Amino acid sequence: MIDRTVLKEHLVKWVLVAFALSSLLFLFLIFIFILAEGLPLFLKVGVNKIIFGMKWAPTKGYFGIFPMIISSFLVTIGALIIGAPLGLSCAIYLSEYAGKRTKMLLKPAIELLAGIPSVVFGFLGVIYIVPLVRSYLGGSGFSLISTSLVLGVMILPTIISISFDALVSVPRTYREGSAAMGATKWQTIFKVIIPSAKSGILASFILGMGRAIGETMAVIMIAGNALKIPTSILDPLRTLTGNIALELAYATGDHRLGLFSTGVVLMVIIMILNYVANFGIKRKIAK
Amino acid sequence: MRINPRYINRLVRMGLNVQAYFTVGILIIIVAIIFFKGFPHTNFAFIFSFPEDMGREGGIFPSIVGTIQLALLSILLATPLGLGTAIFLTEYTKESLFTKFIRFGVESLAGIPSILYGLFGFIFFVIKLKMGWSLLAGVLTMTIMILPTIIRTSEEAIRAVPRQLRIVSYSLSASKWETIKKVVIPAAIPGILTGIMLSIGRAVGETAAIIFTMGSSLRLPLSLMDSGRTMAVHFYILAREGISMEKAYGTAVVLVLSILLINILAYYIMNKAIARYS
Amino acid sequence: MSFRHWVILLPLIAALLSCSAASNDKPGKKHTVTIAGSTSVMPFTEKLAEHFMVDHKNFIVDVQGGGSTAGIQATINNTVDLGMSSRPLKGEEKRLNTITICYDGIAVVVHPDNPVGELDLDRIRQIFSGRISNWRQLGWVNRKIDAVSREEGSGTRGAFEDLVMKGREIDDGTMVQDSNGSVKEVVATDPYAIGYISMGLVDRKVQPVAINGVKPSIKTIKSGRYKIVRPFLYVTNGELDPKSRQFVDYVLSKEGQKILKNEGLVGFYD
Repeated sequence: MIDRTVLKEHLVKWVLVAFALSSLLFLFLIFIFILAEGLPLFLKVGVNKIIFGMKWAPTKGYFGIFPMIISSFLVTIGALIIGAPLGLSCAIYLSEYAGKRTKMLLKPAIELLAGIPSVVFGFLGVIYIVPLVRSYLGGSGFSLISTSLVLGVMILPTIISISFDALVSVPRTYREGSAAMGATKWQTIFKVIIPSAKSGILASFILGMGRAIGETMAVIMIAGNALKIPTSILDPLRTLTGNIALELAYATGDHRLGLFSTGVVLMVIIMILNYVANFGIKRKIAK
Repeated sequence: MRINPRYINRLVRMGLNVQAYFTVGILIIIVAIIFFKGFPHTNFAFIFSFPEDMGREGGIFPSIVGTIQLALLSILLATPLGLGTAIFLTEYTKESLFTKFIRFGVESLAGIPSILYGLFGFIFFVIKLKMGWSLLAGVLTMTIMILPTIIRTSEEAIRAVPRQLRIVSYSLSASKWETIKKVVIPAAIPGILTGIMLSIGRAVGETAAIIFTMGSSLRLPLSLMDSGRTMAVHFYILAREGISMEKAYGTAVVLVLSILLINILAYYIMNKAIARYS
Repeated sequence: MSFRHWVILLPLIAALLSCSAASNDKPGKKHTVTIAGSTSVMPFTEKLAEHFMVDHKNFIVDVQGGGSTAGIQATINNTVDLGMSSRPLKGEEKRLNTITICYDGIAVVVHPDNPVGELDLDRIRQIFSGRISNWRQLGWVNRKIDAVSREEGSGTRGAFEDLVMKGREIDDGTMVQDSNGSVKEVVATDPYAIGYISMGLVDRKVQPVAINGVKPSIKTIKSGRYKIVRPFLYVTNGELDPKSRQFVDYVLSKEGQKILKNEGLVGFYD
């Protein structure tokens, strides 16, 4: 009897080990594959020519993705400008002002917003935002500002939920102590709560950035996908993600390797962002 | 001149209030536009008939089926793998360099954008492993995509189970696996299910990774090697090519409705599971 | 069986059922022809496939996009039966067999409300290379020209570069869309846009520009007056297998060519 149980226990353990190793294998597979396919071009053409190159014409031997790196960042910062203040305000409202019933209404609504597929955002952006920008601001409408607007809305749920978590984890004693010293609610919020939730809030911004920089479908529908660095918010632009999505189906040989190199750059940027953000959150928890 | 802090208080409160409802308002507008423009075109026929003339006419049945197949098969593959890994990490190992390594891998991969999965899946599964554009390639890619989420949420849920429960179970001479199976996992089910529902939602709405692995055939996928569309892919193609605005909105309705239902189902299951097991 | 077990079993059953749910209960084998490649050729192949399958109920013709290059690659790798290409084969690809199914004009299109309905080839070249950037320079309003192109690697773009740009590069500032359909959508909605698409896609949503005085149409292509023309090709690796041959024969038949003609392509019959 005991032997059977012990045997079963061992079996289970090894099955779980197998599962864990398989998961690891899958996870690292994608990592390693992208690196393996993306690095050779760096070696062949030179890291500088790719990262700082200004011209992307892979069928003619040009693999410069600098304009796209800049564009990705521009669009991300634009999204933050729109999403961060709005998202933080929502989070503050939810954590400090909203009653239980309001919370039960608002939180699911935010989660639902997070669930709307990016192609739907892209579609609505093309139908409604692009013509508006074209008529009232100029240009073709497919532009930095249109993309930032839509991306800003898309990253709201991320910013709201993580900032909310950071805000509610500020100890009650902080709020009580501040009130005891005669501070009003907003004074407490701005001078006590937000500063102590600072690293969590910042982490939410950074994760929002990561989301924005990785967004693909909505971006290729709205951004115009031109290869030049935009000189105004009304100019079209192409992001790193857009570059991969647009040309993936058609690329062969070195062209394809170029897309992998773009992928490597993208991956590195996002990993750095993620790491910084998680570091920030962990510091918050450690406190 | 000092402004009375009370007024500022009210102003701040109003300002925040407005912004919160503005955000919800955006959601309502999005859903309203989709539903008002799309509902007239979604009927029984739309859901159950096949697309004709490249999608200009007819329905979206194949893409609905494709979506279900993709989501279900991916979950079926990813859940045992992910849950097993989570159990292994929490119950069978001590905190060590190895576990930190795994966790680092999971965290890093959680942020990888879907287009990179599409890039990987296309070159690795579709071309190098010669699967062609197929349900299989799509499922494998999607499985890898949702694996980090399932591992992470399961791990958190299992960790959150109080130690006392385990101790009591051992003291009743239950074996390790029995404890896990009958005590720990049931207690962690709400969290685990959340991860699963989140992943299903992602699978349903995902486009970039799917269009390059599962393809865009209008056919009904009858085997793993068949290509097909999911609703999200079909919607994207209809919208991008300007094939039919009406059908696009109609597809969007079914798509958004499905995601809504999945979210609601998630809440329901979670509450039920919490009631049952705690 | 507890609740948990059902949660696992039900989806499994559903997945398995859905996989076989709509399978035809007609007896006899089904022949499948898989075709992939150029997104320009794809909509027309789809149309042909639809009609073909009406008369040949035991055939399934599976059509996918992916681009000329991907289609050619897939044919070389034997992952599809037929590849579609909207550009001539290059280098290594030349070892495949090609079958020309029709000709397609490339139309330069503008918004229907755009008064500039005629341009000469040189002007078009200057527009797409960025030399001419404002409609004012062409006699219209003071607005930037929103030029739209296809992406690198596209057969349509390759043909446009060969036949129109003739060595001049397309400007970096032009917008890019990854299918003819979406280029057409941009031009149809932006009054200040200009782009190039497959002539077969031209309809009332966009206005084709007369190049050197000649508007693209089946007549002008056949007579040779409209010169921006490229062949649509099916490619195969080696000999055509019997089932693909049936489909190709249909495409090249009077009926198939008539369908193509209705779609705005130039076939072999009148």
